Order: sequence, then structure tokens, then C-alpha cells
Amino acid sequence: MEIEARTQGDMLVVRVRQDRIDAAAAIQFKDRMREATQVGQGRVLLDLSQVAFLDSSGLGAVVAVRKSLGPDRPLELAGLTPTVEKVFRLTRMDSIFTIHPAVQDGLRNAG
Amino acid sequence: MGCAMPADQGGGAAFCLALPATAEGVRAALRQALTSPPLRRQSPAFRGAAELVLAEAMNNIVEHAYAGQPGRIELRMQPHAGGLAFLVTDWGRPMPGGALPPGNPPVLSAEADLPEGGFGWHLIRRLASGLDYRRIADRNVLRFDLLA
Repeated sequence: MEIEARTQGDMLVVRVRQDRIDAAAAIQFKDRMREATQVGQGRVLLDLSQVAFLDSSGLGAVVAVRKSLGPDRPLELAGLTPTVEKVFRLTRMDSIFTIHPAVQDGLRNAG
Repeated sequence: MGCAMPADQGGGAAFCLALPATAEGVRAALRQALTSPPLRRQSPAFRGAAELVLAEAMNNIVEHAYAGQPGRIELRMQPHAGGLAFLVTDWGRPMPGGALPPGNPPVLSAEADLPEGGFGWHLIRRLASGLDYRRIADRNVLRFDLLA
């Protein structure tokens, strides 16, 4: 799994460069995210615009990353494609995560 | 891996696929199912729902019915007037209690206790209709519909 991280102000923007976060990719996703979030201390914005499919294992992995970052470093999401958005809505995880339509929207409040 | 069951019951355009019960096997089977005739021409929303329900149903078989042991899954799809009928068969352990899990939505409590699993059957029940599970001899047979 390829992910790409860049800092923007005090925010870390992480883009998943793979079209699915599924049961076969969930552990790798968590490992890559752990590596990518070693830098920085501010918010983390996860760009999911290239992810067409996420199953409940992928959702669990995203939740695990959020919990491991802790309350002082919130994980926010951007660019949810339709099926990914459906998973967050049906599980009501859309009430837990701050979800931006696109990365640019999430960057607006970056310091 | 061949598909042992008859693929067509006369309705045309049926689909039958056998796959190894692994996460990678499920991923490859989904790719094949989504690009095959019964699903290929459906709307993006229908295909998204089908991919999600099938992924959850088959991942559950990999993780629970076979629990990491080697195994085989068979997936059949059959178009009907209202949408598509799906049949997923495995030869693993039966469902606990012989019935499908209730699929209650996980409780989203305090941040530190957010659930990292338990969403699968909730998603299946929200998206599929006519869910029917049977233990027949040494097989688990799950049937459901997705309505167009």
C-alpha cells in the first residue's frame, strides 16, 4: 500500500494512493499510517479521494489510526467516494469523524 | 477452482465462481464478479452496495467459518425481476446458534472505546433484503437479494 504524506502549516495531509482499503490491506494501511504520522503534532487529514472501496475491516483500521493518534491529534477525512461515504454513514461513523468534501476544505483552518 | 453447482437455472446470465477463502481470494473474486454480466451493467450505487455486502459476507466466512484454515467459497448470482439474487456457500463451521448475527449497530461511545469491528453484519442487514441462512449437511448457505 502506498501512502504519501506532506505537511501543510501545522497539519499533516496523508493521501492513500490505492483504490481500496479492504480486509487484505487493512493491516498494511495501519502500519503505513503509523510510519507516516511519526512527523508533526497537529491535525492529520486523510485524503481518501483515490479510495473507491472500503469494507468494515478498512473502517476498523481507520478508527484504529484515529485512536492511536489520540485526542490531541484528531484524524480528519476528506474526499470520500460514494461507497466509502456509504460505509461511514451506515455505521454512523460520520458522526465521529470530521469529514471534508475535499482536501482544500480541510486545509482552510490549517495554521 | 471450478464451480461445482449448476450455474444457470434457466433465467440466463447467471454467474458462478469458486474462490479460496482468503482475503486476497475475496478481493480477486469481487473484481471478477463486478465486471461480469449480472453486475457489470448495474448502476454505480447498486454495484457499490453489491461489492460491500459480498465483501462483508465472504470476509466473515474467511475469518469465522474457516477461521484462517484453508477453505473454499462459492458465489452465485442470478438476475430476477427486482434485482439480483445472491447465494454464498462455504464448508466451514456453522454460524454460532445456527442463526445469522443480529447485526446491531456498534455503540459509538467514548472516543477511546470506539469499536474497530462488529460492523459487518450491520452493513449486510442495512443493504440486503431477504436474508436467509441455512446449514445443509456440511455447508453454510447464505441467500439474499439486492433490489435495483
